[in-house]
Amino acid sequence: MTRPSTSSIAADRLVSDARAERGSILELIALHKSYGPLDVLKGIDLKVKPGEMVFLIGPSGSGKSTLLRCCNRLEEPTSGAVIVEGEDITAPSVDLNKARRRIGMVFQSFNLYPHKTALGNVTLALVKVSRLSRAAAREKAMAALADVGLADKAAAYPAELSGGQQQRVAIARALALEPKVMLFDEPTSALDPELVGDVLDVMRKVRAAGMTMLVVSHEMRFAAEAADRVVFMDGGVIVEEGPPSAVFGAPREARTQAFLSRVKH
Amino acid sequence: MDAIRQQFFDFDIMRQAWPMLLEGLVMTGLICLVVIPIGLLAGIGAALLSLSERRIVRWPSIAFVDLFRALPPIVLLIFVYAGLPFAGIRPSPFEAVAIAFLLNNAAYYGEIYRAGILSIGRGQSEAARSTGLGAGQTMLYVVLPQAVRNVLPDLVSNTVEVVKLTSIASVVSLAELLYQADMARSVTYNASPIVAAAGIYLVILWPLVRLVSRLERRIAA
Repeated sequence: MTRPSTSSIAADRLVSDARAERGSILELIALHKSYGPLDVLKGIDLKVKPGEMVFLIGPSGSGKSTLLRCCNRLEEPTSGAVIVEGEDITAPSVDLNKARRRIGMVFQSFNLYPHKTALGNVTLALVKVSRLSRAAAREKAMAALADVGLADKAAAYPAELSGGQQQRVAIARALALEPKVMLFDEPTSALDPELVGDVLDVMRKVRAAGMTMLVVSHEMRFAAEAADRVVFMDGGVIVEEGPPSAVFGAPREARTQAFLSRVKH
Repeated sequence: MDAIRQQFFDFDIMRQAWPMLLEGLVMTGLICLVVIPIGLLAGIGAALLSLSERRIVRWPSIAFVDLFRALPPIVLLIFVYAGLPFAGIRPSPFEAVAIAFLLNNAAYYGEIYRAGILSIGRGQSEAARSTGLGAGQTMLYVVLPQAVRNVLPDLVSNTVEVVKLTSIASVVSLAELLYQADMARSVTYNASPIVAAAGIYLVILWPLVRLVSRLERRIAA
């Protein structure tokens, strides 16, 4: 046995604290991210409860997307911890590929695999990561595609689908792995306005099914209607958070007020 | 006019030389069968190594690729065949050809694959990694299939070059198509066997060249 380093002792304590706190399924502790001299995240603490839908809002460059991408370590946090179901996924010993199965992600530009059909997009990780048989993967993928209303498009290639349909396939691809948390990185920003509604409907459905969701979005009306909590970020810190009625209806901070008055026009 | 026909298009001499040319064609085919698949595979290896995030892997790989792209293949072949024996290594002509082509092909195919891999946006591997696929799986199932499709015309085009280049095996006395044709020429004192060999290359490679054009058009569309 080697002596554990102080940092891993600290991490252990953080993990046990997080476990003790029954409430949260995803917890960020003192999360920092910097690119050279540029500090993008300056110490983020955030707890997300099971089944909660949390919206991250804020001006561009405020660090929302970076925060989201740190949650599954597509961006490597400079320091701090990301705790998913009590496990610190920033620990050196963690099996990152395994951890990522519990964290689904939906991207602004869909990122479907263009050389695979809708069905092939969904089954790939089921076969190669979850190690399901082809038949079982197919069954599960078809169910996920049905959930997003695209069972009839299983054989279509991404190029044959509208942006909204592509994004719904991308949601099915993430959902099929039965994640505990879903991350949405501006899921409707690349869509034509008339296609946004379908994607939001699917997100409502995912929420109704009890999924924990962390969403970066500019759809303020959707946030006001669907979110349990709205987190306003600016300059790499959380400025203000609360239920949508409070953050949108009566923002306390001047920066929040300024941002909201700008996006309302 | 008649002299030209006699010297270059003497069909009787071509017919006499045919068994020799056929033997040469079989050898050319055999060389291709060995060096093309190996080159296509080694190229993927070279591309992956030269795209490695680790400098200690990337730099020697880039140096390797640069070296063998800059070195004339015939110089490389003669060095392997006639130079290595000074170090106690005596490859047969076929082995020498296989080694020289392996090095040359790995470098050339490698550059093509590298361009293909770089043409695939980061979002693709991010999406794959976010579903729990490992780096190797992401490369194998998501990035490479798209990369290969994007550079397919270049891969086929380079393969045409490789088939043509097999004629340099004649300098180490490997009895491939050009070597056999030249033998027939010296026996018959007539250039017709060379013309016949040229015709054979043309018949084999012209469809491949057409294929490249069609692939290029398909990708542009």
